[in-house]
Amino acid sequence: MDIFIQQLINGITLGSIYGLIAIGYTMVFGIIGMVNFAHGDVFMVSVFIALIALLILTSFLGVSSIALALLIVLLVAMAFTSLVNWVIERVAYRPLRGSFRLAPLISAIGMSIFLSNFVQVTQGPRNKSIPPIVRGEYILMDHGNYAVTLSLKQLIIWGVTAVLLACFWYLVAKTSLGRAQRACEQDQKMAALVGVDVDRTISTTFIIAAALAAVAGTLYLMYYGVVSFADGFIPGVKAFTAAVLGGIGSLPGAVIGGILIGLIETMWSAYFSIDYKDVAAFSVLAITLIFLPQGLFGRPDVEKV
Amino acid sequence: MVDVRTTPNNVTAALRDAGLTALISFALFLPLIGFETVSNIRNELVLTTRWVLLFSLVAIIAGGRLSYALVIDPWLKRRAMKPAKTEASPALAAIGKWFVPFAVGFTVVYPFIVLATAGTGGALKWVDNFGIQILIYVMLGWGLNIVVGLAGLLDLGYVAFYAVGAYSYALLAKEFGFSFWILLPLAGCLASFWGVLLGFPVLRLRGDYLAIVTLAFGEIIRIVIVNFVALTNGYAGIGTIPRPSFFGIPFNADDNGFAAVFGLPFTPIYRTIFLYYLILALAMLTCYVTVRLRRLPVGRAWEALREDEIACRSLGINTTNTKLTAFAMGAMFAGFAGSFFAARQGFISPESFTFLESATILSIVVLGGMGSQIGVAIAAVAMIGGTEIMRDLDFLKQVFGSGFDPTQYRMLIFGFGMVLIMIWRPRGLISTRAPSVFLKERKTISADLVGEGHG
Repeated sequence: MDIFIQQLINGITLGSIYGLIAIGYTMVFGIIGMVNFAHGDVFMVSVFIALIALLILTSFLGVSSIALALLIVLLVAMAFTSLVNWVIERVAYRPLRGSFRLAPLISAIGMSIFLSNFVQVTQGPRNKSIPPIVRGEYILMDHGNYAVTLSLKQLIIWGVTAVLLACFWYLVAKTSLGRAQRACEQDQKMAALVGVDVDRTISTTFIIAAALAAVAGTLYLMYYGVVSFADGFIPGVKAFTAAVLGGIGSLPGAVIGGILIGLIETMWSAYFSIDYKDVAAFSVLAITLIFLPQGLFGRPDVEKV
Repeated sequence: MVDVRTTPNNVTAALRDAGLTALISFALFLPLIGFETVSNIRNELVLTTRWVLLFSLVAIIAGGRLSYALVIDPWLKRRAMKPAKTEASPALAAIGKWFVPFAVGFTVVYPFIVLATAGTGGALKWVDNFGIQILIYVMLGWGLNIVVGLAGLLDLGYVAFYAVGAYSYALLAKEFGFSFWILLPLAGCLASFWGVLLGFPVLRLRGDYLAIVTLAFGEIIRIVIVNFVALTNGYAGIGTIPRPSFFGIPFNADDNGFAAVFGLPFTPIYRTIFLYYLILALAMLTCYVTVRLRRLPVGRAWEALREDEIACRSLGINTTNTKLTAFAMGAMFAGFAGSFFAARQGFISPESFTFLESATILSIVVLGGMGSQIGVAIAAVAMIGGTEIMRDLDFLKQVFGSGFDPTQYRMLIFGFGMVLIMIWRPRGLISTRAPSVFLKERKTISADLVGEGHG
């Protein structure tokens, strides 16, 4: 039981990170109907940006307050990652809009290879690790031989995820930008006819997706403290799994899917085999798509002639 | 951003645009190029700055944008004003007609041309790295072309079947000592069995979803290979895999080896040339089978499926069987290629079967123009040959200093090349098709009119 609760805590933490990345997939898929294959690598780039920002703050500028440093790192990572994703959309996807279906997917795969190798070339192939930034943990239950702990890092991850999701939900559900996005999702041509700037809306979607990936990236750096250029692919596929599980196009679905994937992965590692944890996540993807293609919260896709 | 294309001659607008581009690229590259994270002696991460590199890169990009706005864009506009040629020139048509026989002839005599020009020592590299390597990808491209190009099923886990073929050959040859020629068809059968097995659950999926599930299957097979150490030896891989022999005559320096039997001095080149012709024959077999299958009912059903699945079903085509045969055929050729790969390398490990391989093969098929046999071959030569050439560009070391290693930029350029090619020709290099069924006269169809396939 203790182990189960501990894994629950760990799983929700991991799942929050997946959920934040998954929103990027689900939004981009919703609006332009394309699997943004490079999104996992955008996440990886954001971890590197956060790492560099953190090093600048601590070694060059000598910021001593950890809370302030983390906040600045978060904002810097969000800003720069948004810029990266905006440029990617301009360069690699916008010229292919309206082209045949496979072209943007191949372009995104190319972008994914480019991004991970760009980071490898510019930052070196080795793992980058930093000493733990946030220390401190609370013992929830202690039965002598096994103590269930909740670390401060995990609390921060839960808090930041919840606050940002609330802001983001407000943005999509209540503002004119969110309305424009939903209009573009339904019918781009019609949205353009009634005066929605489709190009700008799509760019904004990519920026929001990147900003949330950067939040996930900063939290990832704080939680694990280690990153390498190849760390984009697996979290990317798992976040995509989360988006599919939740129902692609559905925002609460992406978050709940993320948490479910996080839980499945940690439980599988704890009770079955840690070597096959990725197999568990990938199997969930295949099983969902085969038996529940619309996901938990998605609308069923009607086939039309 | 200011769109300069509307005011091509306006120098101020171009300058402002270049300035903006410089600003954006400066911000874009500031974190990752401006700073480098390196470990110091105490193994702590510290930052070093690279301002010179950052500013020169920004200057290059801004300069490029400026010259594009002032020189290249007006030139392109002027060219676009001229009426386009409607008739293809006869010279081009003649090249098109003779290209295929010439290309086939060239591949057949290629080892001897290399042998004559580079000598035995130099030829080894050219036949092995360029000839065999490219032909493996040509064969894989043609195999995947059945699934993606003909049947319109987007498969991102094709490398799994390649791995199945390679591991079946390696394990069966080592454990039971079967010969290459028995195991080649067996590996093909096993791979196509897996193709059906994995194809069956995903029949209902379409398009991008199918792509992602096949990707997941490909990764599952790779992870199983990595972790099933008792069978596959995990990351360490399988070594000393038996090599194929020339009708029972092994390629070694013994008295009953190939060189001794034919009275030739021993060099490793004979085996390489033999492997070259082996993969050439296998690739040609793939091409021949595909071309013939296109004319059979099953091939026509594949193409009909790609165009419109609902129409197919209403016409009474069994879509389940049609999709499964496409998966099985594609997987079988991947199995052949895999067992050849294991026999050629003598060593296999999961490193050779990553997602990157699947992506490479798929991009070869898409770049070549889906469904076009010649296009796929040209794309394989361009992509694999291009990245192989980048392995030995030593003169760049003299230009940029000895610390400069061109090989590490190989995949970087490969990835960006994929993006650029998609923007340049989203339909692939050869985007026209000769129809397999026609009424009275044979017309070529532009790929723009061909449906995309919904998987």
